[in-house]
Amino acid sequence: MSVEVEFFTAERDVGAALRVAAGETVALLGPNGSGKSTVLGVLAGLVRPDTGRVSIDGEVLTDIGPGSSGRMVAPHARRTALLGQDALLFPHLDALENVAFGPRSRGTHRRTARAEAQGWLEAVGVGELGRRRPGELSGGQAQRVAVARALAADPRVLLLDEPMAALDVTVQPSLRQVLRRVLADRTAVIVTHDPLDALLLADRVVVLEAGRVVEEGVSKDVLSRPRSAFGARLAGLNLVRGTWRDDAVEAEQLVVHGLIEGEAPSIGDAVIAAFRPQAVAVYREKVRGSPRNTFLVVVSEVEPRGDLVRVHAGDLVADVTVQAAADLELVQGSAVTFSVKATEVSVYGI
Amino acid sequence: MKQQRPVDLPRWVYLPALVGAAFVLLPLVAVVAKVDWPSFLDLVTSEDSRAAFWLSLRTSLASTAACIVLGVPMAMVLARWDFRYLGVLRSLVLLPLVLPPVVGGLALLYTFGRRGLLGQSLDAMGIQIAFSTIAVVMAQTFVALPFLVVSLEGSLRTAGDRYEVAAASLGASPTTVFRRITLPLVLPGLVSGAVLAFARALGEFGATITFAGSLQGRTRTLPLEIYLQRETDPDAAVALALVLLVFAVLVIGFARQGRGAV
Repeated sequence: MSVEVEFFTAERDVGAALRVAAGETVALLGPNGSGKSTVLGVLAGLVRPDTGRVSIDGEVLTDIGPGSSGRMVAPHARRTALLGQDALLFPHLDALENVAFGPRSRGTHRRTARAEAQGWLEAVGVGELGRRRPGELSGGQAQRVAVARALAADPRVLLLDEPMAALDVTVQPSLRQVLRRVLADRTAVIVTHDPLDALLLADRVVVLEAGRVVEEGVSKDVLSRPRSAFGARLAGLNLVRGTWRDDAVEAEQLVVHGLIEGEAPSIGDAVIAAFRPQAVAVYREKVRGSPRNTFLVVVSEVEPRGDLVRVHAGDLVADVTVQAAADLELVQGSAVTFSVKATEVSVYGI
Repeated sequence: MKQQRPVDLPRWVYLPALVGAAFVLLPLVAVVAKVDWPSFLDLVTSEDSRAAFWLSLRTSLASTAACIVLGVPMAMVLARWDFRYLGVLRSLVLLPLVLPPVVGGLALLYTFGRRGLLGQSLDAMGIQIAFSTIAVVMAQTFVALPFLVVSLEGSLRTAGDRYEVAAASLGASPTTVFRRITLPLVLPGLVSGAVLAFARALGEFGATITFAGSLQGRTRTLPLEIYLQRETDPDAAVALALVLLVFAVLVIGFARQGRGAV
């Protein structure tokens, strides 16, 4: 199920071209208003571009512009399920009937559709909640049901528009697990502004800025060494590659403790620990007696970026406030301690 | 049940509110007081009264059904379509809401009457609508339709189209979306709109007498009967008025209950 989309819309001033290979998940990253959701809208047939072409597996779904057929397949006939940040479960149907909605719309018999739906609910870990009304579900549960509902519709491409943005941070990791599992070999496009989502869920990242693609490449490369301004501002993730030993990521000079995303790695497995620069605290003296990761480093560069200062120390980066940077008298060559809570670190196998 | 309000109403509003309530309720009490109770049963079960009552009930139910069949699609177009002259179209369609019913009756007469716009062709085919029970239903539908459309359009706009978009992205055709998503979501609004339309149809007078006349058993509905009896037999008029009043109270109670269930 390879997807190709290329379009321009003057009203929103978004023009992008994108290719998703069969079984690949592409993350669209970019600031608010950069046109990420417009791309999904064009794919789903909800936005009519001024010129453009959308095709899935060679089947043309949108073909608009001078000299083209003017084809615009209706949203329901595209088999591109869209999942937004709100679960939007139909309030008058219970969870099971919500999930069975897609199969029943395709003409599947009621009983078969319900059995299918139960299977999907179990696949996302809420098999026991089928009889509940949407009002009786927590935000995380509702979003899991919404994931099941989208998958049950048997889409050729799954479109996810910031599926975790409206959720409490405490339930995000478990939904991320679910998504990681279901997206593994599925053709999907996920819009996000969270680099961690892009890293863990997507094979490739496309960065949009002001309606144009400014950068694209393999997730790990783009996120650890961003070239675009947005990539650098929001991404710039700390990525520590190492091996799994003693319940931690052991790299050349550091040991990082974190939360395992997905299946637990075996001893000796290659793993990556990822954490955001904002999660790193910087101290002058050694930090003692806390379950934190502490790294003794030497500052290699101090880079002001608006109201924050980005402190580079080799491959690691930390964002601190201007005030903190001044208090710590941070300059190139300062010996400092970087500290990050284990709960802020995601560990995953590669 | 007394409810604690964070901010009190200004005290002066209570007086006009009370006067207003009295203004509406006092005449109702007056009707009840005027009823000739000993002969009440005889008056409301007379042949004329029974005929008028059943005719009113039948025609009002029929026009409510017509309002649903025509009004639901109208409300959907008004709520979901977006084009430049939508506002103008809405105003025109809802005109019967502010038009004096007699004018509406005249308009219907000049359309469907024997010499009317469409009536001439219909007459040629042997179909005569004016001064028939069908005309009563049409007159009632004409004045009641906007009530249902306004009420339902409001519900549709409040419900928004997010669930409809979600349903379409799951592969549901527009008809499936309407049947399984839109309609269930706005059902409370549809029910209260239909109840309002029914109540309006039940009380219809001006358009009916103009377009359908006042033929006993065929076009003389309860309001027409009451108006007629008022001249000859005031006691009967009052008794029938009470019947209509009780009926209206029941309808309002029903509509409120429907809204409470939302």
